[in-house]
Amino acid sequence: MELPVLTVKGLIILAIFGITLLIATYSTYAERKVAAFLQDRLGPNRAGPWGLLQPIADAGKMFFKEDFIPSQASKWLFILGPCLAMLTALMSSAVIPFGDSVRFIWDKVNYEVAIQGIEINIGVLYIFGVVSLGVYGVMVGGWASNNKFSLLGAIRAASQNISYEIALGLSLITILMMTGSLSLRAIIDEQATFFEWNIFTQPLGFVIFLTCSFAECNRTPFDLPECETELVGGYHTEYSSMKLGFYLFSEYINMFVSSAFISCLYFGGFHYPFINEVNQALENSLGAVAGHNVATLIGVVVMFSKIFFFIFFFMWVRWTLPRFRYDQLMNLGWKTFIPLSILNVVLTGAGLLYNFKYATWLIAIVMIVMAVVSTARAPKPNIVPQRT
Amino acid sequence: MSATVSHNLKAMQLTNRSVQVSNKEMTMAEKMYLPAIIGGLAITIRHFFRKKPTIQYPEVKKYLGPIYRGHHILKRDEQGRERCTACGLCAVACPAEAISMVAAERQKGEEKLYREEKYAAVYEINMLRCIFCGLCEEACPKQAVYLRHDQMVPIFTERQDVIYGKDKLVEKMDDRYIRVANSEVKATPTEPSLTRAAT
Repeated sequence: MELPVLTVKGLIILAIFGITLLIATYSTYAERKVAAFLQDRLGPNRAGPWGLLQPIADAGKMFFKEDFIPSQASKWLFILGPCLAMLTALMSSAVIPFGDSVRFIWDKVNYEVAIQGIEINIGVLYIFGVVSLGVYGVMVGGWASNNKFSLLGAIRAASQNISYEIALGLSLITILMMTGSLSLRAIIDEQATFFEWNIFTQPLGFVIFLTCSFAECNRTPFDLPECETELVGGYHTEYSSMKLGFYLFSEYINMFVSSAFISCLYFGGFHYPFINEVNQALENSLGAVAGHNVATLIGVVVMFSKIFFFIFFFMWVRWTLPRFRYDQLMNLGWKTFIPLSILNVVLTGAGLLYNFKYATWLIAIVMIVMAVVSTARAPKPNIVPQRT
Repeated sequence: MSATVSHNLKAMQLTNRSVQVSNKEMTMAEKMYLPAIIGGLAITIRHFFRKKPTIQYPEVKKYLGPIYRGHHILKRDEQGRERCTACGLCAVACPAEAISMVAAERQKGEEKLYREEKYAAVYEINMLRCIFCGLCEEACPKQAVYLRHDQMVPIFTERQDVIYGKDKLVEKMDDRYIRVANSEVKATPTEPSLTRAAT
C-alpha cells in the first residue's frame, strides 16, 4: 500500500476509533436523558448546558474512586475481565463500512480509499467471532470475582449469549444467501435501491435479528446477567472505579456496533432513496473528486443517523419492556426463534429458487392472519371476582 | 352470593382504573408479544414528547401559598414601632426552645421606637433548633412575631450564623411584610428567594 493511501487509511481508522469512543461516552448521557424524558423528567441538566458535560464528570468520578480488588479474587483475571470486554467491543467496528469512499489526487495519481477500518470478504464472520469472544470478558470477570452473584451473572451471560447467537446467525444466513457474500460492503451494495433493503425482503429475519442483538448486548428486556433484583449487580458486583467503568463502557460500545451492524444489514448502510441521482448531480456539478466526496459525506451522515436511531431504539425499548424471566428467555430463544429462523431460511431458499426475493413475507402474513383470527376467536373476557 | 360479592367489590373500588386479573390462556396474538410491544412503545414515546412538569428548583420556585411558614419576622406597627413586648409567650410555646429574649423598659424619648412600655432588648432565635411549627406566631398576643410565607431562612455554613438576632428579625420599614393570598401564581423565576413582588 502506498504512503498516501496508508496515511488516509490511518486517519480514517483513528476517526472511527475516536467516534466510537465519543458515541459510547455520550450514549451514557443519552441513556439518562432518554430515560428521563420517557419518565416525564428532565434528566441531567446541571453540568454544562443541557448537562452536556455530565459524561466527563462521570468519567472523572470513576477515575478517582477507589480501585478495589477483593482479597479472594484471582487478581490477574480480575483485571483481565474488563480489558477483554473493552478490547472485543472496540475490535468489532473495524469491518463496518461507515461510508462509500474518499477520492483524492496525490502527485497526479488518483486514489480511492473506502471509509472502513478494513475491507475483508469475511466481515460478517469476523464480527461474529469477535462478538462471541466478548462473552469471555463477562465470564472471566464474573468468575475471577469469587462471588456467587457475580458467577451466576456470568453464567447467565454466557448461556444467554450462546443461545441467542444461534438464532442470530440463522436469521443472518438468509441475507448471506441473498447476497452470496460475507463482505459487509457487498451486503450494503446489494441494497442500493430502496425496496431492496433487507428490511423489506427479510421482515421476520429483521425482528429476530433485532431481538437477538438485544440479548447479545445484555440490554433490557434481556439484561439478566446484571439484574439487580436477583443478583445484586450481576457479573460486575465486585468491580469498582474504572474497571466497572470499562464494563459499562463496553456495553455502550457494543450497542453502537450492533446499531451500526443492523443499519448495514437491514437498512442499506449509507444508502438512502435516490442516492444514485444525488451522486450523479453532485459529480456533474462539483467534479468527479469533490462531488464524490460530498456524496460520501452525505452517505456517512445518513449512516450515522440510522445508527443513532437504533441507539435510541435500544434505550426506548429499555424503558418500555420489563425484564424476562430466565426460563422465558431460554424458551423464547430455543423454542421460538431458532425454529422460526430455520423456517425463514427454508422459505428464502425456496424464494431464491424462483427468483422471488420477498418470499418471507409469507410467514409474516400467516402470522398476522393467525394473530387476528386468534384474537377474534378468543373467548370474551369473563370477569369473575377474585376470591380472597 | 356471588352477586353480592361483586357488588361489594364494586363499592370498594377506589379508582376506575383497576383491572381484573385473570389466568386465562393467552391468544396467539398475545403469545407473539409483538402487538403488545408496539403498543407499549407507542405509550412510552407519547411520554417522551409530553411537557415535563419539573420546576427547576433553585432558579424557579413554586409559590407555596399564603400559609407557608418560612423566615421569622418581628413586625412593627403602622407608625414603625416594634410590637413585641417581651412577654415570653413565644419562648414558652416553642417546643424546640429556640427562642430567648431579654426584656427592657422603654426610656423616655423612645416612644417612636417601641409600642409599649416594655420591649425586647435582645430577641434571638436559634435556627438550628427551630422546627418552623408556627406555635410562636399563634402564641403571640401582640401579633409581633410571624413566619413569613414568601422567604425562607437562607443556608448557613458557620456556627456563628445560626443564631438570628434582632438585626435579622425585625421588619424593615422600606420592605414591609404583608401576607397576601394569591393562588394564581404558580411558579416564579426569582433569585435568590421569592420577593413580595413575585408573589
